[in-house]
Amino acid sequence: MPALLEVKHLKKYFKTGGGLLHAVDDITFTLEKGRTLGVVGESGCGKTTLGRIILHLLDLTDGQILFEGKDISNPSKKELVKAREQMQIIFQDPYSSLNPRMSVSETIMEPLILQGKLTKDEIMEETGNLMDIVGLAERFKNSYPHELDGGRRQRIGVARALALNPKFIVCDEPVSALDVSIQAQIINLMLDLQEERGLAYMFVTHDLSVVKYISDDIMVMYLGQMVEKAPSDELFSHPMHPYTQALLSAIPVPNIHNKKQRIIMQGELTSPINPKPGCRFMDRCRYASPECSEPQVLEEPLPNHFVACCKSNQKEEEEK
Amino acid sequence: MRKPVTKPEQKRKKSKFGDIWRRLKKNKAAMISLFIITLIILVAVFADIIAPYPYEQQDYSATYVSPSLQHPLGTDKLGRDTFSRLIYGTRQSIQLGIVAIAISTTIGITIGAIAGYYGGWTDNLVMRGLDIYQSIPMFLLCVTLAALMGPSLKNAIIAIGISMVPIPARMMRASILSVREMEYIEAAKAINAKNLRIILKHIIPNAISPLIVSTTMSIGMNILAGAQLSFIGLGAQPPLPEWGTMISDARNVMRDHGELALYPGVCIMITVLAFNLLGDGLRDALDPRLKN
Repeated sequence: MPALLEVKHLKKYFKTGGGLLHAVDDITFTLEKGRTLGVVGESGCGKTTLGRIILHLLDLTDGQILFEGKDISNPSKKELVKAREQMQIIFQDPYSSLNPRMSVSETIMEPLILQGKLTKDEIMEETGNLMDIVGLAERFKNSYPHELDGGRRQRIGVARALALNPKFIVCDEPVSALDVSIQAQIINLMLDLQEERGLAYMFVTHDLSVVKYISDDIMVMYLGQMVEKAPSDELFSHPMHPYTQALLSAIPVPNIHNKKQRIIMQGELTSPINPKPGCRFMDRCRYASPECSEPQVLEEPLPNHFVACCKSNQKEEEEK
Repeated sequence: MRKPVTKPEQKRKKSKFGDIWRRLKKNKAAMISLFIITLIILVAVFADIIAPYPYEQQDYSATYVSPSLQHPLGTDKLGRDTFSRLIYGTRQSIQLGIVAIAISTTIGITIGAIAGYYGGWTDNLVMRGLDIYQSIPMFLLCVTLAALMGPSLKNAIIAIGISMVPIPARMMRASILSVREMEYIEAAKAINAKNLRIILKHIIPNAISPLIVSTTMSIGMNILAGAQLSFIGLGAQPPLPEWGTMISDARNVMRDHGELALYPGVCIMITVLAFNLLGDGLRDALDPRLKN
């Protein structure tokens, strides 16, 4: 059986005044049913763009997207409509992702109306069910988004994404705009839904503690490229790429006696416009050497642990 | 357990307008305006019954008489009853104001929405077209159109409507540009909403607010534009009365009988003010965020 989602050498370049902006550059991964792929990286590394491309909210420049073995890289209108019933998105900002002129129930039933498969009564019923599932009390159904707090708004967003019963949901930093206490509620809701419905998530975030909690696999992106990908525990216990190491060292530890060594990155983020062929992290990397200006190859030094750094082997030896 | 859901849901559909109405009712200025507008429209419809004299009846023995019981607002240079002419004039002026605005707003919103939503070269093409269109002075265009179609009230209305198109079009486009970038538009795309539905259901309701106010303001402008056209003989044809024409007729005798210009002027002012205040109130009432 083919994997739920396969992305092969996906590229998205934007034309800008200064040249080609490599937003997403040669990303490859597979995602199985019921699993979660965490995508981390700093602002502007292309992680949001990646999610948008998979849903065809943006067109891809090059590469392939396979959903259940079917190529949907350049879908016809019909295929796209079908594909989007299987794939949905939850947005980062629950304030701008909801139409302020539509009430809660109107927002949630919109996908059902558009699908056009159910009768009016069934749609009403299903809307009620969805509100139940995401934990929105029925009394909110005529409320407008501005009357609700961030957590409830995000629940509306989750309900809307669930309405068509998709198999795969792109979660574009769904909790980063919420209070920490509410973040936990929403994440637990999403985990529960995953368990019940066998959903696959692509969880885009820059919050490392969240991603550790929710993901099976984690992909680290830097300037549009995948620099490391590994199972969650493996990545946290044994990061290979210097960028991943620096990222992980930035996670605050709630223990004053056990202070860990923070790796402070030097230098500025390189411009994603017309990047040089070598390692894009080179200018900020403490291990940088002349070989780094060669194109980096994605290797698999350990099973399921991919890393794109020519130094990763040497460093390991040093550590030993 | 979910069965009873349907009933209150259906009720809610109706109560959406109820909601708007309830919010509008709280706005005193808007309610007074609504009352005045209703009154004006009733006057226009029942002008035959209300007016004491036919608008074209002349009486050369009684020109420029002062207000009296017989002629509540006096008579004009031909001895026609000013009050009756004002009442009949309501018909023409209201048509000028409302029908012309309906034409310009409908076309304007469509053009603006297409340009704003699709962006790119569509936007460029439409907007550069409008630039060219607007480089012709609006009134000149209006006169040309009216002259081409032949002098009549109907043609004047069409001419005004068409020449005003760029105003709502530009406003709609600007407003849509900001709404288009919102995430809920992407969300709508992700659930397979068609472009037309996105524009009608998700964009226009969120982009229409500035337009409502400017539209109601334009009603006054249109009445005045109609007066200007009438002045050069392209609008309402005499002896058909129209407020603007009445003002321009009175212009010659402004010094001795200024009140003849004052009456229609006050009528225009009240009408314009009423539409503006109603528009203001309507904008607030349509926005659920201001619900209290």
